[in-house]
Amino acid sequence: MAEPSVATRGQKIAHLLRELAVPVVSVMLAMGIGSVIMLVAGYDPLVAFPAMLKGAFGGGRQIGETLLRATPLMFTGLAVAYGFRAGLFNIGAEGQLFLGGLSAAWLGIVLAGLPQPFNIVMMLLAGAAIGAAWAFVPALLKAKVGAHEVITTMMFTYIGRYIVSWLVTGPLKAPGQIPQTSQLPPESTLPRMHDLFGFLAVSRVHLGFVIGVLVAMLLWWVLKYTTLGYEARAVGLNPWASETGGISVPSTTIKALCISGALAGLAGVTEVMGVHYRLHDQFSAGFGFTGIAVALLAKNNPLGVIAAAILFGALSAGAGTMQLEAFVPTKVIFIIQALIILFVAAEQLARWIIGRTRRVGVEHAS
Amino acid sequence: MASPIIEMRGLTKRFPGVLANDEVSLSLHSGEIVALLGENGAGKSTLVNMVYGLLTPDEGSILVDGEEVNIRSPRHAIDLGIGMVHQHFMLVNPLTVTENIVLGAEPTRLGAIDFPAARASVRELSSQYGLKIDPDAVVRDLAVGMQQRAEILKALHRDARVLILDEPTAVLTPQEVRELFSVVRSLVADGLSVVFITHKLEEVMSIADRVVVMRDGAVVGETRPADTDMAGLARMMVGRDVVFRVEKKPSRCGDTVLEVNDLSVLDERRLEAVKGVSFSVCAGEIVAIAGVSGNGQAELVEAITGLRRPAAGTIALKGKDITHGTAREAIETGVSHVPEDRHRRGLVLEFNLMENMILGDHRLAPYSKRGVFDYNVISEVSKKRIADYDVRTPSERVKAEALSGGNQQKVVLARELGRDPDLLVAAQPTRGLDVGAIEFVHSQILAERDSGKAVLLISLELEEVQSLADRILVMFEGRIVREFEAGEASDEELGYFMTGGGGAKFAEATVEGGAVDG
Ligand SMILES: Nc1ncnc2c1ncn2[C@@H]1O[C@H](COP(=O)(O)OP(=O)(O)O)[C@@H](O)[C@H]1O
Ligand SMILES: [Mg+2]
Repeated sequence: MAEPSVATRGQKIAHLLRELAVPVVSVMLAMGIGSVIMLVAGYDPLVAFPAMLKGAFGGGRQIGETLLRATPLMFTGLAVAYGFRAGLFNIGAEGQLFLGGLSAAWLGIVLAGLPQPFNIVMMLLAGAAIGAAWAFVPALLKAKVGAHEVITTMMFTYIGRYIVSWLVTGPLKAPGQIPQTSQLPPESTLPRMHDLFGFLAVSRVHLGFVIGVLVAMLLWWVLKYTTLGYEARAVGLNPWASETGGISVPSTTIKALCISGALAGLAGVTEVMGVHYRLHDQFSAGFGFTGIAVALLAKNNPLGVIAAAILFGALSAGAGTMQLEAFVPTKVIFIIQALIILFVAAEQLARWIIGRTRRVGVEHAS
Repeated sequence: MASPIIEMRGLTKRFPGVLANDEVSLSLHSGEIVALLGENGAGKSTLVNMVYGLLTPDEGSILVDGEEVNIRSPRHAIDLGIGMVHQHFMLVNPLTVTENIVLGAEPTRLGAIDFPAARASVRELSSQYGLKIDPDAVVRDLAVGMQQRAEILKALHRDARVLILDEPTAVLTPQEVRELFSVVRSLVADGLSVVFITHKLEEVMSIADRVVVMRDGAVVGETRPADTDMAGLARMMVGRDVVFRVEKKPSRCGDTVLEVNDLSVLDERRLEAVKGVSFSVCAGEIVAIAGVSGNGQAELVEAITGLRRPAAGTIALKGKDITHGTAREAIETGVSHVPEDRHRRGLVLEFNLMENMILGDHRLAPYSKRGVFDYNVISEVSKKRIADYDVRTPSERVKAEALSGGNQQKVVLARELGRDPDLLVAAQPTRGLDVGAIEFVHSQILAERDSGKAVLLISLELEEVQSLADRILVMFEGRIVREFEAGEASDEELGYFMTGGGGAKFAEATVEGGAVDG
């Protein structure tokens, strides 16, 4: 099972650096242009960025906050990335996330009184299952009649969100004015991590982050070491050759989109179990959509998703401090996020810049 | 002799890790056809791309009309009178022939394109050189041969004095090749000069005034067709002796392996592409389906390999019915498939060689157990196959897209034969390969036969059919119109039946008399 290493360590590192070049350059370009925008608007980037850094990584509490915000993005990023690897654009992670959240909010109450580890496992499984189910119909439509998943998963997002809106204002509404479900009992929640790692101080980051990292590693392994992942990648890269090699393209498509949906469902479960302890219809800040950006930045590599999610988490966590200390509106962070996406998407541009700097470097050297 | 129109002096071009051209010198005189001969990867395209301004030489110089020029872009090359038709056409598909031809050099009238004038000039050029084409046809709807004409006309419209044709015959039928040759001859008769790139020896013999042979990025020889023969050219090109006609033992026909009965298959447009075909292939026999492309062979292959559901009839492998089986079932019952289009169907180009070597067997032990790969085994098997099939690659971790066409085909063969099938279905297994690789592929196919496998060969190349097949079935318009034993039919006879000679009559007779497939 272990892969014999043929490439030397140096070659491997060189390869890794090449893979990292585009995302890193994209982030740096985005920060650079963000600085220019700040300057033009009359803010000082030399104050703003250190403030942001402090807000994101300045101490245990800040790091915890960054990881907290990274958690749902990790799951949705993995969801979108896995879909992309199989040639599918799951733009509806948001809807699957809502259904996952719904299942947790309901099941958490039903399981009240049972042991916490049992509840955690059951609620994760149920959320994954319902996320997969929510992706199944679009998957089936894609596999059988070729309906494009961008349209259908998006439609299912609307359906999912409105079902949740209706349930939290009606059948599942907790007593009181606010449209939300009842609070989960403690045994149906995810423990906070400062209980495990003292240095995280009193931050809200919860076990969901660790679960996300483990799931990312699992997914990396699935893609590389299993026939399931192999078939998904083959179909994503060349469906005709896959078909010729006896791989069923429709069933691979269905499996991949359902796995993607399951991952997005987990994002909803962990948000409900770890952050809100209940469901209301604003519990996701568009995590399903930001997940697309995370996957792009990670170049659809599950391990890259961990890093990309933490970066987006840091941007979001640091934005508040930046506003407080440098008076830069948090909207600037959105601009930087958008620029990162732009540059990653325009990979050719980043490659061109990398190529130029390298050439210049070579000329200087010779 | 007058001074050359173009002279390349010591051109060198390096790509990362490859010396694609090593001090190549070549000159071209007016009214001359120079054939540039070399295996895939010899550096032919690289050389002409430098002349056409697509690549910049690292060293060396190019002289046009005796003056040194630094050709910066194709536009510049065109201004110097150099036209080029690429291996891959560069036409705008939704536009008409005329629009494509004048694109970038449109005759205008009051600022608008003067279409009547454009059409007239296309007509004039096309009649002058015997390049018959419909100026108003939309490029997308044209056969490849016609698209190539449009490309040539495009160069002529820009007043090219030198025409570079990069592997122009690779995509053409034998008939289209003959027409292209007569066009080329009329062009040089009119004073143009032509650089004709190819790796096919018989083309060099019939068209070239002079042959320049390249190997591994360098010019290894120059000669005239009259001063050499095919064997001599092959030796120069490959660097060793090449066997043309494979030595073949008579076949010993064993049990019937493939049995196709009254098979009908529909194509994409739901038209009947295979019309009630019956034949069988026995163990230790090579049966070739000869035919002009588009006569139902592709659909027949897809039906046998489980990629397309037949409309009627049956297919059996060693007595087991596989008519409605999937591709996976076909593979698992013992059918191997070397697909016609290796880039589309044969390989996942972005996968490395290990991953490509197990495609189709990836679910089976020893490659995977309970859905988990054993990369030690996969890597060992891959290395062994790379060695056995002489795949030229730095390692088994290289992506398939990095290999040359011949080596890619060897990967497909290594996988499909390595599986130890009962039936090998090989569709155009040597398309686009150079002589060295063709020789190898042929010897592998024969070795399969001699080890008792059944082989169904689909080929457009008469040469290949004649030298490999034990039995030849000629397919025309979805039917098998004739059957020959090996050596029974001449090329002319095969060609006659392949193009429907007697076919129409035969079809009628079939309908009336009910007699099917000889
Ligand atoms: N753009 C490129 N980048 C890197 N290597 C290249 C490039 N173009 C060609 N090569 C390499 O240069 C060599 C010569 O290629 P080419 O000129 O296309 O050969 P030919 O046309 O004779 O088949 C081959 O080894 C090929 O892989
Ligand atoms: Mg070439």
